[in-house]
Amino acid sequence: MSFETPSRRERELLARLLGSDKPEVTCEECFEHLDRYVDLQLAGTDADAALPGFRAHLENCPACHEDYESLRSLLGA
Amino acid sequence: MHGLASSSLAWSTHARRAARRIDPWPGSDSVVLPVVPSIPANSDEARRAVTEAGIDVESTAWLRRLRAQAPERDDAIRELRDLLLRAARFEVNRRRASLPHLRGEDYDDLAEQSANDALLAVLGKLDGYRGDSRFTTWAYKFALLEAAVKLRRRAWQGREIPADDDHWALIADSSATPDQQARSTELMRAVSAAIAGELTSHQRRVLVALTLQDVPIDVLADRLQTSRGAIYKTLHDARRKLRKALLQKGLLVAAGDVAAGDVAAGEGELR
Repeated sequence: MSFETPSRRERELLARLLGSDKPEVTCEECFEHLDRYVDLQLAGTDADAALPGFRAHLENCPACHEDYESLRSLLGA
Repeated sequence: MHGLASSSLAWSTHARRAARRIDPWPGSDSVVLPVVPSIPANSDEARRAVTEAGIDVESTAWLRRLRAQAPERDDAIRELRDLLLRAARFEVNRRRASLPHLRGEDYDDLAEQSANDALLAVLGKLDGYRGDSRFTTWAYKFALLEAAVKLRRRAWQGREIPADDDHWALIADSSATPDQQARSTELMRAVSAAIAGELTSHQRRVLVALTLQDVPIDVLADRLQTSRGAIYKTLHDARRKLRKALLQKGLLVAAGDVAAGDVAAGEGELR
């Protein structure tokens, strides 16, 4: 079976539909560790190494990503 | 990065100074505060707890004051509430564009309610603070969450969540030319067929609402009378089934990670 190369819109659509298949934390775990993740980032520490699966969840969950962006923006304001 | 950290510290210091200048917070009569175990200020118990926990000095001071006796505790709660209100207002202002029909006092009310609810949450969960972050960072997240959830719910107030039975209309590119549509249809039809054929009705409803209709997850959880965590678990399961179906049809390569970015044919994700 062959298909045409997906357009940019289709790639974005598929990315939203399928998300990432990397191991990820849950929404509850994301909220629990959100403050630590952001403080580690602001301190210049490797937050992704300290909290595996956190970034994958942010990529997959728009609401948690918004919460993360809000805290980052507030602390960076 | 260090600049950001410094600026945030400066911000919180400024906020605390400002907080000391304000009058007792409005609406205090209507807020019932949870009982927080009281540890006398500068007690051996307090000092020992701080040493063992390894919490930074500023955060330690917050904990000590919030667990102290009145009036020290009352002052600390007042300052904390002011910080939470500032965080809630920050979030409301960020999202103001999504609610253009609201009036100025509505935004203020949302921020005040969010600060009150966040204050209750912070005081109720004080023993759960482990010092993994600065106390203020930990507290802010409650105010931001309260404000974000209230704003998302307000944005969807009175709006029906669209039906998911015509998800093809959301997938098809109506702006594409007939020629473009013909070329892309085969792949996207396969995706649509997998959504229709492989998922349960609940999984399909959640997947379509969250990924194609931009329904906020907490709004959907409210409407379906379940939790945000349960909805996300459903989304996770739906995505896994969809990915598996596309793999079996030869549309995805094994271990493909579409969200990582490269999904164009020949780049390792889509065949």
